[in-house]
Amino acid sequence: MRHLLSTADLSYAQANKILDTAKEMARISEGPVKKLPTLRGRTIVNLFFEDSTRTRISFEAAAKRLSADVINFSAKGSSASKGESLKDTAQTLQAMGADAVILRHSASGAAQRLASSHWTTGSVINAGDGTHEHPTQALLDAFTIRKHLRGGTGDLRGLTVAIVGDILHSRVARSNIHLLNLLGAQVILVAPPTLIPLGAEKWPVQISYDLDAVLPLVDAVMMLRVQQERMNDFFFPTAREYSHYYGLNSDRLKLMKPNSLIMHPGPMNRGLEITAESADSARSVILEQVTNGVSVRMAVLYLLLAGAPNEGGDLI
Amino acid sequence: MSVALSAVDISRALTRIAHEILERNGGPDSIVLMGIPTRGAFLASRLANSIASIEGREVRVGTLDITLHRDDLRLRPLRALVPTMTPLGGIEGRNVILVDDVLFSGRTIRAALDALGEIGRPKSVQLAALVDRGHRELPIRADYVGKNLPTSKAQSVKVHLSEIDGVDEVLVETTEG
Amino acid sequence: MTDYLIDGGVLAHGKNVQVLISDGRIVEIDRIVSSPNAVNAVRVDARNCLILPGFVDLHTHLREPGREDSETVESGSRAAAKGGFTAVSAMANTFPVADTAGVVEQVYALGQAAGLCDVFPIGAVTQGLAGQALAELGAMADSKARVRIFSDDGNCVFDPIVMRRALEYVKKFNGVIAQHAQDPQLTKDAQMNEGFLSSRLGMKGWPSVAEESIIARDVLLADHVKSRLHVCHVTTSGGVDIIRWAKARGIQVSAEVTPHHLLLTEDLATSYDPMYKVNPPLRTQKDVMALREGLADGTIDVVATDHAPHSAESKECEWQAAAFGMLGLETAFSIVQATMIDTKMMTWSDLADRMSTAPALIGGYSDHGQSLRVGSRAHIAIVNPTRGWQVDRDLVASRSKNTPYHGMEFSGSVVATFFRGVPTVLDSKLVRSNNGN
Ligand SMILES: [Zn+2]
Repeated sequence: MRHLLSTADLSYAQANKILDTAKEMARISEGPVKKLPTLRGRTIVNLFFEDSTRTRISFEAAAKRLSADVINFSAKGSSASKGESLKDTAQTLQAMGADAVILRHSASGAAQRLASSHWTTGSVINAGDGTHEHPTQALLDAFTIRKHLRGGTGDLRGLTVAIVGDILHSRVARSNIHLLNLLGAQVILVAPPTLIPLGAEKWPVQISYDLDAVLPLVDAVMMLRVQQERMNDFFFPTAREYSHYYGLNSDRLKLMKPNSLIMHPGPMNRGLEITAESADSARSVILEQVTNGVSVRMAVLYLLLAGAPNEGGDLI
Repeated sequence: MSVALSAVDISRALTRIAHEILERNGGPDSIVLMGIPTRGAFLASRLANSIASIEGREVRVGTLDITLHRDDLRLRPLRALVPTMTPLGGIEGRNVILVDDVLFSGRTIRAALDALGEIGRPKSVQLAALVDRGHRELPIRADYVGKNLPTSKAQSVKVHLSEIDGVDEVLVETTEG
Repeated sequence: MTDYLIDGGVLAHGKNVQVLISDGRIVEIDRIVSSPNAVNAVRVDARNCLILPGFVDLHTHLREPGREDSETVESGSRAAAKGGFTAVSAMANTFPVADTAGVVEQVYALGQAAGLCDVFPIGAVTQGLAGQALAELGAMADSKARVRIFSDDGNCVFDPIVMRRALEYVKKFNGVIAQHAQDPQLTKDAQMNEGFLSSRLGMKGWPSVAEESIIARDVLLADHVKSRLHVCHVTTSGGVDIIRWAKARGIQVSAEVTPHHLLLTEDLATSYDPMYKVNPPLRTQKDVMALREGLADGTIDVVATDHAPHSAESKECEWQAAAFGMLGLETAFSIVQATMIDTKMMTWSDLADRMSTAPALIGGYSDHGQSLRVGSRAHIAIVNPTRGWQVDRDLVASRSKNTPYHGMEFSGSVVATFFRGVPTVLDSKLVRSNNGN
């Protein structure tokens, strides 16, 4: 594999390979040496058509820790240019000799489009495409769950994970559903019916509208961010009613199993989908997700870029 | 293609190296053997067994994956990472003996020294290699050598170990062109 | 003017004939023509071919005026001729919009000047396609272009009062409102058919109900005011059902289906290649089968191409940013043969009806769609159902290359086209001629 576009493209072996590699990266990151020569001489471009400081910083830290040269290219505000900019920008980066493009874009499928075009020959890593996927987020989530509930090895068989909130617009949810299934976990989606996509009944998940009924069953709960703009689009009556039924608050914490995890891809709307008490509770691994994000992204960069150009990528 | 070391030769060489290590370090207690995967790791555990049977005491042994510390990854096929395993007690203040199968340019060992640096600060670092085939590109030499094998650059040295290859032997091949 | 003898072909119902064409008309049609003029006529080899009335398209985007970089009336006419068409209907969404007598006369004149087929302008229903104030429908009807079909295509006439008034108003000159049925609020930012696939691809869904609810409303309005409604590009099985129901009630409704909706499905969107982005969107296999059945049983009256040329920039981008639409004229016949004839769902007579007779009747194009007999205008398409070809986007006559069929092979092709008795295409190639009129 030359690109990482979707967790749906990963095989079981590939997913485990990424997580195992990330474990090594995490081990090294804990040591005194913060910089490895692994990707010296490689050029990695952070091509962000959409603002996401945390994702960009995470990829940048991962690339720099492996000694790659990083170019940050913010192409924001190009929605008016009707998308030609993706082609033009990619060709520019190609001319600059980019070995990999980390692409964040508001259009679903943008990463796949770039990977299948002739605009660039480098690897394409999807850092979030519209409401489609965000594969490294799912990988870091799986890594975090595995570390806490499976001793850092093996798959996630026997675990139940709830994804709660705006499934309809969530790229994090889509990537997680594929990957959690691949690793053997059971997934329950919890949201008001308006935020579950039509057609989701054919996904390999269970669907529930009742968070209180689901919480006692789960080993981990992923709370999704509720975007402000959903409020004005009739997806739910009021923020207050949403929080009342789907917010993770202290009463609901009590429904959860003792060792279960609270996760959030960030940034959080404290008080809306999650209360401060839940976010900061002992079960919360939200900050650790951020740390693990760097290790997982180091692993992805290593596996996609470290080998000889024509032989690299045999591992994933 | 010719056999440079037979199974018996390899066994004899390792036993000799085990004795040399013990002699130089005054016994097994200060020692940590760190094998460099893949075959260096098997050699390290064989050395550990050998020392244990000589001394009647266990010796600390671990593995050190150096892949991420290489600066020539672009020139070779991608390899999977092997977990680095440090023995209980770590390497702090110990005499670490790096174990590899073939000593060639010295770049692997340079990377190993970097990799070691992130685990701790040993008292000394020594190097044991089953075969030294020359052609060093860095100021690195082995403290313990199974066999010096003068080769041309056109030749390649293949170490086979029963743990992974089913047989113990060292072959020298002359590649055409 | 040169005389032509079409030799060796069969008519739609199977009769083996020679056709002698003189002065723009069919002068003799028989097993062996007897006229002495046949000796000096240019012989057109039609062995293994069917001789059909020239095709008529009710839904063509020619982009002129305004976007001549992607198509002109002339380039679109060449594409039409290659596809066996002798008449096309130019949609009103040009720049400026064809909402005045001036613009429709200009387009009509450009078509006559090109001389490769008749270009009948479709007038806008509302000024600027804005859906609010009626355009001057009467003036367009009375103009030299004699407009009878009105459509805001690309936009739906959503306001029910505007739709009702338009339906009523065109009764004066026996006009018809061609509705692009799409509830704009249910399809805001929509990208593809809504269902499992859109949920998985993370693309905003385009529900069937957005099309069907408008069709349902409009057939009821047409019934209420006793006027004629034409439903553009039906794509859903539910839409077919509603039209079938309306026809059974005697409502004056006609409907069209595009070749691409007869052949392609939403699965192509998994590539995120905007070549498959079209309005209305590609649907499911179940819908495709319902559309074929609807076309076969006459619920859907005609095949219309919705030929929609777009410049390379409009498609060389991510799906969401790309323009809707695909080329259709040059591949229409081959697709209808593949989906309807080769599957034994329709006869050749049915094909001649759906691609020529019925559309000419709906548009009031009295010169076209006539059965081939002595005295009728020589608008003829000669097709060879066993002469296969492969679509090559670099060889299209259209100015744009946005064909989703690039590389696809079809088993039948258009061999020759006669427009007013003059060949525009021979041996599947455009003829450069001084089109005697
Ligand atoms: Zn339309």
